[in-house]
Amino acid sequence: MQPAIEVHELRKTFKVQRNREGLAGALRDLFRREYVEVTAVKDISFTIPQGEICGYIGENGAGKSTTIKMLAGILVPTSGTVRVAGYVPWRERERFVRNIGVVFGQRSQLWWDIGVIESFRLLRKVYRVPMADYRRRLDELVERLQLGDLLNRPVRKLSLGQRMRCELVASLLHNPSILFLDEPTIGLDIVVKTEIREFLIRLNREHGTTILLTTHDLQDIEALCSRVIMLDDGRIIYDGGLDELKTRWSRGREIRLQFGEQVALERLERLTADLPGASWQAGRDMTAVLRVPADVNLSDALARVVGSGVDIRDIKFMETSTDEIVREIYKSGSASGAERLVGAT
Amino acid sequence: MTSMYLDLIRIRFLMMLAYRVNYYSGIVIYAVNIGAYFFFWHAIYGDQEAIRGFTLAQMTTYVAVTWMARAFYFNNLDREIANEVRDGSVAIQFIRPYNYLLVKLFQGFGEGLFRLLLFMTPGLVVVCLIFPIELPRDPAVWLLYAVMLVFSFIINAELNLLTGMGAFYIENVDGLLRMKRVFIDLFSGVLVPIALFPGWLAALSEWLPFQAIAYLPSAVFTGRSTGDEALAAIGLQAAWAVVLIIPIMLMWRAARKRLFVQGG
Repeated sequence: MQPAIEVHELRKTFKVQRNREGLAGALRDLFRREYVEVTAVKDISFTIPQGEICGYIGENGAGKSTTIKMLAGILVPTSGTVRVAGYVPWRERERFVRNIGVVFGQRSQLWWDIGVIESFRLLRKVYRVPMADYRRRLDELVERLQLGDLLNRPVRKLSLGQRMRCELVASLLHNPSILFLDEPTIGLDIVVKTEIREFLIRLNREHGTTILLTTHDLQDIEALCSRVIMLDDGRIIYDGGLDELKTRWSRGREIRLQFGEQVALERLERLTADLPGASWQAGRDMTAVLRVPADVNLSDALARVVGSGVDIRDIKFMETSTDEIVREIYKSGSASGAERLVGAT
Repeated sequence: MTSMYLDLIRIRFLMMLAYRVNYYSGIVIYAVNIGAYFFFWHAIYGDQEAIRGFTLAQMTTYVAVTWMARAFYFNNLDREIANEVRDGSVAIQFIRPYNYLLVKLFQGFGEGLFRLLLFMTPGLVVVCLIFPIELPRDPAVWLLYAVMLVFSFIINAELNLLTGMGAFYIENVDGLLRMKRVFIDLFSGVLVPIALFPGWLAALSEWLPFQAIAYLPSAVFTGRSTGDEALAAIGLQAAWAVVLIIPIMLMWRAARKRLFVQGG
């Protein structure tokens, strides 16, 4: 079975106008423009098998959207090769795009001034979907996303959540095998987010649709993706499972203890001295935090503290969230962290 | 395939209906323009019978018909394309299995059809009641004129596609679009019939595509061009409609590679 998406040494360079400073500069700009080349995507390679849900994450300007736009046939790559669903997207664009669905969270693909159902009817003709197929799919999608009473309203009168659900229908009417989602949950409330996530999981399970999504909301990733590709400054700095990302980058678990009396830090440190990697940090109001690396048994660590007879009032366990991990990776930058990550996969 | 393009025309028709104020204000603008030109030419003619072979009645008819034709062929495809390129929504157009430029052309046609039916026809009736206008009696002239109007639309739309695509190359195309509009209104003969241009300017405009948009069909309609001359005018229109496809294709191919989607 051929992979859904194959990317090899993909690169995209934009020529961006540079404005010279001051009046003299502006006058010179009038006659001769200066351009700077900006490379948004720097020779990336990856392969996504059919039926996978893959998260594509990175900071603003990391090159996520540019990649998606090349995969969807919108932009022409500067160099490198792309094959999606067996096509070279930009070269055979009109035939290729029948196989994909695209949703841009920040951009509507529905016609603004007319009823939603009119947009769907037009899309049916654009994609040449047979009437029977169209009816069946539309019924199914409308029921799953609960759109029933929205269909006759013009798009401009829909709320963001309603619109986004309609966008999903619009992108799926022609039953594409690959779905690209560029920040599909941006600006949505938690209820709609959850609905959309559940819908996507079911879509993937029942129709085997391959999904590639970019997002800033890591809960999307946790709920949907088995695999994550992380991008920084146009390069891939991580490509692998979400769990792996967590274990490698997690600083372990934290146990927050609330004592009934003042306890000296040295005393606490003595208790866990034989546990490799365990460390203490004193907090305010008679609290302290014990950090335990992932490979140390949690009950071992706890037994040492509890068994020592210290007056403990409260215990809280905390796990490093994906948010924190990702923030940590972004902060540390691509250089050293990146090598560690790529080497790890 | 065809049903898709028919639907595009239908949708644009619906969209035009959605904005009724635009429709009514359009009627007022055209009525004011035709009225202003009527009184303007009336003053210029004074006691004269004819100017360069144009009688006042012919001139009035010319003005009314040319403006009514403009209602049909005029559209804002150039601005639409420029806006879509500038705000990045052109990206959406590229994920659809159709030709963007053809789609634009048909949307423009939907707009033109809307104005032809709900604007030009009732407008012409009203104008005929108010001003002394001579309509041709020969049905063949009407038929010829209908064909020429379609070519007017095509040539004007082609020029709009070309200037609209300028947005792929220049960050702000407003100046270019405004210049194009003035050029078309002047050299197409909407403001002044080309027959009244000074010799060198008339000669120049014969080599430009603009006169094929308004002057040639209006000349046929008002009876200034007849017989072989009228057929030659249609031939010239057809030639321009075909020739203009070449720069459009070249520009489009280059633009595809240059596309830079704003907003990430």
